[in-house]
Amino acid sequence: MNNTINLLLAGVGGQGTILASRIIAYAAQCSGLTVKLSEIHGMAQRGGSVVTHLRMGDTIHSPLIEVGSADIILATEQLEAWRWLPYLRQGGKVIVNSQKISPVPVILGLKSYPLGILERLKENVPETFSLNALQLARESGNEKAANVVLLGLLASHMNFDRGCWQEALKAVLPAKILEANEKAFQRGYDFK
Amino acid sequence: MKKAILTGNEAIARGAYEHGVKVAAAYPGTPSTEILENITKYEDIYAQWSCNEKVALEVGIGSSLAGARTLVAMKHVGVNVAADPLMTFAYTGVNGGMVLISADDPGMHSSQNEQDNRLFARFAKVPLLEPSDSQEAKDFVGAALNLSEQFDVPVMLRTTTRIAHSMSEVTLGERVEEGLKPYHKASQKYVMIPAYARVRHQLLEEKLVELKQFSQESNLNRIEWGDREIGVITSGICYQYVKEALPDASCLKLGMPYPFPEKLVREFAAGVKKLYVVEELEPFLEEEVKVLGLEAVGKEIFPLTGEINASMILERIGGKEKPAPLTLKDYSLEEIPMRPPVMCAGCPHRGVFYILKKLDLIVTGDIGCYTLGCLPPLDSMDSCICMGASIGTALGMEKADPTLKGRVVAVIGDSTFFHSGLTGTLDVVYNLGSSTLIILDNRTTAMTGHQDHPGTGRTLKKEPGEPADLEGIVKALGIDRVVLADPLNLEEVERVVSQEIGVQESSVIIFRSPCALTVKEKDAPAQVNEECVYCTNCVDLGCPAMVNDTQSEEVRVTQEQCTGCGLCIQVCDFDAIEKAGEAGE
Repeated sequence: MNNTINLLLAGVGGQGTILASRIIAYAAQCSGLTVKLSEIHGMAQRGGSVVTHLRMGDTIHSPLIEVGSADIILATEQLEAWRWLPYLRQGGKVIVNSQKISPVPVILGLKSYPLGILERLKENVPETFSLNALQLARESGNEKAANVVLLGLLASHMNFDRGCWQEALKAVLPAKILEANEKAFQRGYDFK
Repeated sequence: MKKAILTGNEAIARGAYEHGVKVAAAYPGTPSTEILENITKYEDIYAQWSCNEKVALEVGIGSSLAGARTLVAMKHVGVNVAADPLMTFAYTGVNGGMVLISADDPGMHSSQNEQDNRLFARFAKVPLLEPSDSQEAKDFVGAALNLSEQFDVPVMLRTTTRIAHSMSEVTLGERVEEGLKPYHKASQKYVMIPAYARVRHQLLEEKLVELKQFSQESNLNRIEWGDREIGVITSGICYQYVKEALPDASCLKLGMPYPFPEKLVREFAAGVKKLYVVEELEPFLEEEVKVLGLEAVGKEIFPLTGEINASMILERIGGKEKPAPLTLKDYSLEEIPMRPPVMCAGCPHRGVFYILKKLDLIVTGDIGCYTLGCLPPLDSMDSCICMGASIGTALGMEKADPTLKGRVVAVIGDSTFFHSGLTGTLDVVYNLGSSTLIILDNRTTAMTGHQDHPGTGRTLKKEPGEPADLEGIVKALGIDRVVLADPLNLEEVERVVSQEIGVQESSVIIFRSPCALTVKEKDAPAQVNEECVYCTNCVDLGCPAMVNDTQSEEVRVTQEQCTGCGLCIQVCDFDAIEKAGEAGE
């Protein structure tokens, strides 16, 4: 139990959270940890709120993280970081992409997109790290690699071997987009 | 020993490969779809998508009869469709080993109900295996095939979403070729006329007694002694939650819950002070325990609906509080807008539902992405029961209340039509109905992730064939009026639908346009110009690429998301939306 890392990945269907979680799982396995991951796809993936649970450590039973026990929340969209925040433990970290994607009730003008989420995240969680992953991905030559930019930032907060992340990117990503994604990863890793 | 991290579905596919499966068949359904998608990577296995689960199982039965090790996969509700052959296949038994995968969905992440197919195993009188992680998912495929051949009976391997879509470490092995068992004609075994079936039923009952004996001695079921104050009987993913919440408790893990290992359960119950049963959905194990006259606590403290988790077990059995969540400042759930799934930007279904709403029609719906047409703002679906139900439902409404003629349309997707729409259509023709059937032909099985089907003319193995002629099939069923139209042209959609609901005979409209996610080439995106008066007509399309900024009273198009389908341009009365790059032309 004591060395377990609970990582919750939240985002919007289509943003590549499942792919990102697989890269982390490979990196964890390469670092000698037992990994369990639980994703949900199907109907929810069509632009819905998606969340993936990742648990890494010596002995892992349940693939699910319980409310109030995530060490890190990694969110590819800011509202989703806010939505899933109750999963974070005291003293946990939030890594969040500043991108906003309006859910249907907001598009329809029935609800408003909550204001000042990034500031409120910081207020609640001192260790909140936000970045504009979409911008950094564009600069690396692949707009779709925003998820991998975030992985770079995540990697700088974890003690996995850098080579393991390299391996994981290679194992999961198609060869033709690997280079742009490696650049994107580096951008996130170097982000301060 | 090579290790990999696999989902339960990937592990089942690997299990099929390692344990000599020769033939695999399925119809896509969450959370089972990736089993066949992964099996098809192995050259040694013939794998196919079938039109529906009944056919998939029948193909599997034929393959088993011919002596091959066989796997058939489906989601829980797919077993309803395959139930007819399943119930009798249990009588005939197998030649080559046969495993039926039932992927259940407690919590209904992507299903219309959460039926517990462990009851189906008992109902069909076939042995049931339940893995609790990916390693077991792989190993149990082998165990199921061995059991199947040893006892001459098909075996159900039941997963749930948390097994199918969770990843854990698996040790990989090599493929062991099993070869074909020779086929011998045995009509008294395989031809189920009543006289033969009576004998087979009796035999099956005898097999179940032997299987119970097997289950009691099998290492698929095991006692893990710990603190004797609390004993928990559990299976599947719940085993992991129990180990997480109560690592010190005694635990009886049932990898083979049916036939129920009575002796083992008695031994376990006798060794603990208080007995609990932890299982999702039905009190399947609990009832078996209580039939033995043992006292146990199960559904008194656990729900009959949805999923269970470790916190729940910790609280309700362990009597401990959950970890204290963060005290959050300025946090209220009311403020956070829901994010329901939505038809993608550019989805060809959107315009059709927009018009169905405008015409205020009763819409009997079906299963697919287009089921999302029931949600606001489109809000234009009145029913959705199961695959293929739209057609019969429309006919039934019209027969019950003739004044509804011309007000009811049935809506079904292409893959769903091939799955179970043909018989419904024939029924409409035969019974002189006047229903209008809309087939939303987006050229793929979209919701489960773009699998091929007869209409695409490509098999699971990507062999090219002749695409099924949808218009020809509909005509052959006896529908004389078949109209092909473009769902992205709203004027055409409205004209065609109005025209077809107005006629006295049954008719079919095929709206053909490929799923937006399969189209690589995007059109120029839409943009809003200064003519906009903020009437929000375009917002009523419910397109995720549209943003309605109520603060500044502006609508905007998110350029990256827009596919340029042009629906918003068509609904704007003020020429305020145009294709990017066409400004001022």
